[in-house]
Amino acid sequence: MNNGVMNYSDPSIVQSAPFLSLEAVRKTYPGVVALDGFSMQVRPGEVIGLVGENGAGKSTLMKILGGVTRPDSGTVTVDGVAHDGLTVEASIGSGIAFVHQELNLFENLDVAANIFFGREPLKAGPLRLVDRAKLREMVAPLLKRVGANFSTDAPVASLSLAQQQMVEIAKALSIKARLVILDEPTSSLPIAETEKLLDVIKGLRAEGISVIFISHRLHEVERVADRVVVLRDGMLAGTLPKSDINHDQMVKLMIGRMLKEREKAAEAGRAPGGVALSATAVRTSAYPDHPVDLELRRGEILGLAGLVGSGRTELARVLFGIDERLGGSVALDGKALNVGSAADAVASGIFLVPEDRKLTGILLDLSIAQNISLPNMPAHAKRSLVSTSAELATAEKQKKDLGIKAPSVLTRTGTLSGGNQQKVVLAKWLAMNPKVMILDEPTRGIDIGAKAEIYALMRALADAGVAVLMISSDMEEVIGVSDRIAVMHEGQISGILDRDDFSQENVLLLAVGKKPKLAQAAGGAQ
Amino acid sequence: MSKKDLGLLVLILVVGAVVTAINPRFLSTINLANTSNLVALFGILSIGQAFVIITGGIELSVGSLIALLGTLFIDFIAVREMDWPLAFVLIIVLGAIIGFVHGWLITRLKMQPFVVTLCGLLIYRGVARFYTADGTAGFAFGQNFPDLEFLTAGRSGGLPNSFIALIVIAIVMWVVLHRSVFGRYLYAIGKNEEAAKYSGIRTGRVVIAAYVICGVLTALSAIYFAMYTRSISPASHGQFYELYAIAAAVLGGFSLRGGEGSLVGVILGTVLLQELQNLVNLLGIPSSLNFAVMGGVILIGVLVDQQWGVFRARRRMMEASRRNVAGAPAE
Repeated sequence: MNNGVMNYSDPSIVQSAPFLSLEAVRKTYPGVVALDGFSMQVRPGEVIGLVGENGAGKSTLMKILGGVTRPDSGTVTVDGVAHDGLTVEASIGSGIAFVHQELNLFENLDVAANIFFGREPLKAGPLRLVDRAKLREMVAPLLKRVGANFSTDAPVASLSLAQQQMVEIAKALSIKARLVILDEPTSSLPIAETEKLLDVIKGLRAEGISVIFISHRLHEVERVADRVVVLRDGMLAGTLPKSDINHDQMVKLMIGRMLKEREKAAEAGRAPGGVALSATAVRTSAYPDHPVDLELRRGEILGLAGLVGSGRTELARVLFGIDERLGGSVALDGKALNVGSAADAVASGIFLVPEDRKLTGILLDLSIAQNISLPNMPAHAKRSLVSTSAELATAEKQKKDLGIKAPSVLTRTGTLSGGNQQKVVLAKWLAMNPKVMILDEPTRGIDIGAKAEIYALMRALADAGVAVLMISSDMEEVIGVSDRIAVMHEGQISGILDRDDFSQENVLLLAVGKKPKLAQAAGGAQ
Repeated sequence: MSKKDLGLLVLILVVGAVVTAINPRFLSTINLANTSNLVALFGILSIGQAFVIITGGIELSVGSLIALLGTLFIDFIAVREMDWPLAFVLIIVLGAIIGFVHGWLITRLKMQPFVVTLCGLLIYRGVARFYTADGTAGFAFGQNFPDLEFLTAGRSGGLPNSFIALIVIAIVMWVVLHRSVFGRYLYAIGKNEEAAKYSGIRTGRVVIAAYVICGVLTALSAIYFAMYTRSISPASHGQFYELYAIAAAVLGGFSLRGGEGSLVGVILGTVLLQELQNLVNLLGIPSSLNFAVMGGVILIGVLVDQQWGVFRARRRMMEASRRNVAGAPAE
């Protein structure tokens, strides 16, 4: 690591004046120092990877750049003009555009209408009709610049998530953005779509547009960033020049120490137990014509990879009884199992940690204790009346075991951080002795410290003989945590990889329905 | 008792004091007995409605049901000369069946509660009118049912027996709503039905049960209303009663989105509504303004409550951020 000297891959970047420069920016909220003397620069055509744990101050920084909030002290210099703080108008006016994780698109309108919403070219005349032809003419080159493969007339609802993000970026380009800030753009994207987005970012760089790329997925930052800025506790923890950008360095700066949990989680070598859950020719609503066969063993973590829309979530929903099984059979411990509802699944020890934590994982308005006892009320009741003491005892134990950070178990779960909410979801199932635990994107939107704890929990479950099925679109996670990886393609298992054959390439090949490159000639794939 | 309920109680007492100051007859034995009888009749009805509202549903057909079931009850005992306990049980069972059908249409066939019960409102009214050929159902001269009349319209120690029935029902339903596992499920479903389902709750069954409870309590109040009026013209009997019930629940702090409200609240809501009715009578306000007074009070009541909630939430946030000195901010 060569400290001090910044070596950029492109020397022209070094010479150009910064487009954006933050000097000693400080922002406090009552009781919290959100940003503490933070400085950074963004040069034209530079891709900055901005990383940091949740609560490190990224959101505050974004709010300052968007003009939503003013710093207490420090200066923000944009394009040579120094400001004490930006206003929303100044932010937009100087060409700063945001693409948020939650997209702000009208799904019922088409692409063109979305990009120029409120700024549509109008025909002459008193009716102020939208000039559709001119609108299309204006939108087409924007779509070309982001490499879009869809038409200006496509309804946004018909686009994939990555395509919708392209629409957002095209929208940013339409206001002549000079700095595009992407906030966790890939967290809900599948692997192949992520590739497209990274290409778009490279395209922006080539045009001289600066990009701030915020992501928890460090390998993506590694691939696309020219420089990485690490925030910790509101301060600049460090800057990594291109040559020093790697996963371990970023993590070290983010949390101030090296992380070993993931590696621990991946400790292999144990003999897997017998088959716990087996699905035979199961058909789901996603691909009714494609039967799925899958065997899940006791004591293993089976990673389920694949593109979004490959039918992974639907399979999980069928196994958990939320969706109707359209065909085939499911067996638990060798006995045929008829799961007609989630209640049936829960009764037989099959639990799901769903993809959408806030909508389906927990009840935000209920307390931690009430959430944990909810699936197992009979055990927390006497003669059909709720026993609050039993409920609190269970919750206290889980809170301690899982390290849920909250003032008390009576705290409303809605006030917890994402990682702690996810722990509550896990806690309610752990309190009930799972046989099969299905986790759908268990660490999405969770900071890296909590991620490690969740990996450790999953491993502990497997060690205790639970069969763990982990659906994940995070390649690092799938490869780092799983004992075996099953890959889905168009509703079917296209192959199963054993540890020796784990590689990003193999998972990707299977995800698009091709043959993986296996270590042994006689491969593990079907 | 929550702060919300306490606020409502204070409002009831203040209104009562004002009315008494203007017209002392408010506190006369006869007026209190009459009013508490009406509170009982509407209270039983409103508790049923509250169980449906807590799930995020609504039951619009209860007014028409009161007409239909009341007509049938009087017909059973007065015309068909059935034993009244048998007729009583039949009517309750009928109420349960109708509630079950509503719940089944809503949970299994995924129809919207508003639509299902709106159709119920029209259908039961129509059937009731057809059943009596638009005539009035009533008792023949000299027909007496001493036991039934004592239980429904009689008094014990000055208290109307209907009011005693309300107290018993309220206590039982309070335990069910606030202390039982079923009550917990109701709140969970009202807050977020999907998440409740993902926690392994058989949400369909719980929601159906809520409609059955509503049907049973509506049937019970239908019998009380029938014995109170003693003659029923099905075209108008019970009209708008669904709105009284909904209004009582809303005044009592229930959210129409579900998941919020207390049993004490809905009772107090009923008391306030009846107090307002009484106020219109006692203060010589033209009775045509009746609905306008109620509407105005509900509107102001809910508005004040909501603004108070916003104010408190803001204050809580400020306090939390002040307390959060060393800790990391929540996400």
